[in-house]
Amino acid sequence: MEIAVLIKHVPSTESAVDIADGGVAVKTDGMTWVMNPYDEMAVEEALKIRTAAGGSVTVFTLGPEKSVEALRTALAMGADTAVRIDPEGKSLDSLGVARVLAGELKKGAFDLVIAGHRAVDDDAFQVGPAVAEFMGIPHISMVIAEEIADGRIRCTRTVEGGTLVLESPLPALITTQRGLNEPRYASLPGIMKAKKKPIDTRLVSTTGTDPGEPIVRVIGLHLPPVRKPGQMVDGDSAAAKAASLVRALREDARVI
Amino acid sequence: MAQGVLAFTETIDGVLKQISFEAVSTAKQIAEKIGGNVSAAILGTDGEKMAPQAAEYGADRVLVAQSPHLDENHIDACIDAAAQLINKTDPAVVVIGATARGKDIAARLSARLNAPLVMDAVAVDAADNGAITVTRPVYGGKLLADVQVSGTPAIIAIRPRALKAISAQAAGEVEMVAVDISESPVTLVAKHMDTGKIELTEADVVVTGGRGMGSGDYTVVETLAAVLGGAVGASRSAVDEGWRPVSDQVGQTGKVVSPNLYIACGVSGAIQHLAGMASSRVVVAVNTDPEAPIFSKCDFGIVGDLFEVVPAITAEVEKIKG
Repeated sequence: MEIAVLIKHVPSTESAVDIADGGVAVKTDGMTWVMNPYDEMAVEEALKIRTAAGGSVTVFTLGPEKSVEALRTALAMGADTAVRIDPEGKSLDSLGVARVLAGELKKGAFDLVIAGHRAVDDDAFQVGPAVAEFMGIPHISMVIAEEIADGRIRCTRTVEGGTLVLESPLPALITTQRGLNEPRYASLPGIMKAKKKPIDTRLVSTTGTDPGEPIVRVIGLHLPPVRKPGQMVDGDSAAAKAASLVRALREDARVI
Repeated sequence: MAQGVLAFTETIDGVLKQISFEAVSTAKQIAEKIGGNVSAAILGTDGEKMAPQAAEYGADRVLVAQSPHLDENHIDACIDAAAQLINKTDPAVVVIGATARGKDIAARLSARLNAPLVMDAVAVDAADNGAITVTRPVYGGKLLADVQVSGTPAIIAIRPRALKAISAQAAGEVEMVAVDISESPVTLVAKHMDTGKIELTEADVVVTGGRGMGSGDYTVVETLAAVLGGAVGASRSAVDEGWRPVSDQVGQTGKVVSPNLYIACGVSGAIQHLAGMASSRVVVAVNTDPEAPIFSKCDFGIVGDLFEVVPAITAEVEKIKG
């Protein structure tokens, strides 16, 4: 089983996010950068499948030099090879990223592509399905369980209010959802070994895929409206506090 | 030239979901600025029955895509049908709900049509000259991004409950459109729906239990949610403890909720959790720790033991509701 995993290097969810001068980007200094949490699940699932079915796991990222750290983490977890596509300072939108990744994936012979269902920075939910579309293969999103047999993958995916069990022939692309697995921590020997593994670095301009001009652009970032300081509800007993609260919710806020 | 706005509806077991009306209303507001008609699309042969409802929210025309392979559980079929309706009607803007299924459809459509996509829109502002600025949360809601797109159709996937459904009766002329759907490689094996459970992202009221619950016994939270007609949520730590399923998690790596009333019980208020509940209209927090960060992000706070306070709130609500 040849498996490709798409990963992104993102600010950790613990990070507070500030707007940089110019108003269209975030301040990146001082942030902790990690592999996108949903992509960690993708790497973990790929490693599990490799254990069961053999084959290899190749991780791909499209990002600047710094994003090599996410690839190292994936290698330390146990991935076999890592590819970084350098955007050469060019700004790509989600479709551009998906086009380039799909182009590189088509050069291999992957049975399965796994991606996070979204990256926790842009929250675009777009690259995974778009890569599948550009590759001309089926996809199943937000997978919380999978099983592979006889060239087919059977997945449980989440939808509002429940789950669907879907089956697709391989090759296919799936995206991960929380609940699929608990990603392993990289072992110290794994980390040491990962440092020595080569990274296959490719330049976007030499991939043979034109990412296209961005057709979606951020013109401004702002903070969400700040909630006015709240009021503490006092009272002599739990019952008294509850009575004041419910009165306020009913008469002032009008939500009950 | 591309003109007008096409709104995709979403069905579940033969009825239109609320997000459908939010999509049609958003389409109408955009069309009022950029001109052209409002069309609503219903995917599935049953659509004819549902067409009058779409008209109530401002659809001048209702396109019903017909094919035996078409229903909400076959996403590929929905994508094929949607692409054909777009090619046929050439809209300037497409509006679709950013639901689990809607996100899939929107993302693949965008790639297939080379059309710009704005995911999870929470506000749409169309200028008289036709320029559209869409606002969407990024970094799990810690920031909002104003986005502009080039090219048509502009696909705007709207976050459930973020934009209002407003009644506005229109003609709703029904047009049955035969679509050519090839059999999907992805087949449905089984469907498991939680009967009677209110979906967090669609709920009017959400009552969340955090680490302060101390165990998987969520009875006090469930009882309050039930009297308010709301859904039960959980913090990440409660999910990590195995007290609640991951589908109940509210936060940056869980669900983003936008209820009218959010009641956080025993939730300290980690930054990721605050991001997931930030778009709630009114927030109530109950916690024993007066220093808990949640108290700086709530409208009403009660310092106290949730096992005393929450049942007392339930009793008060029951008094009103009689």
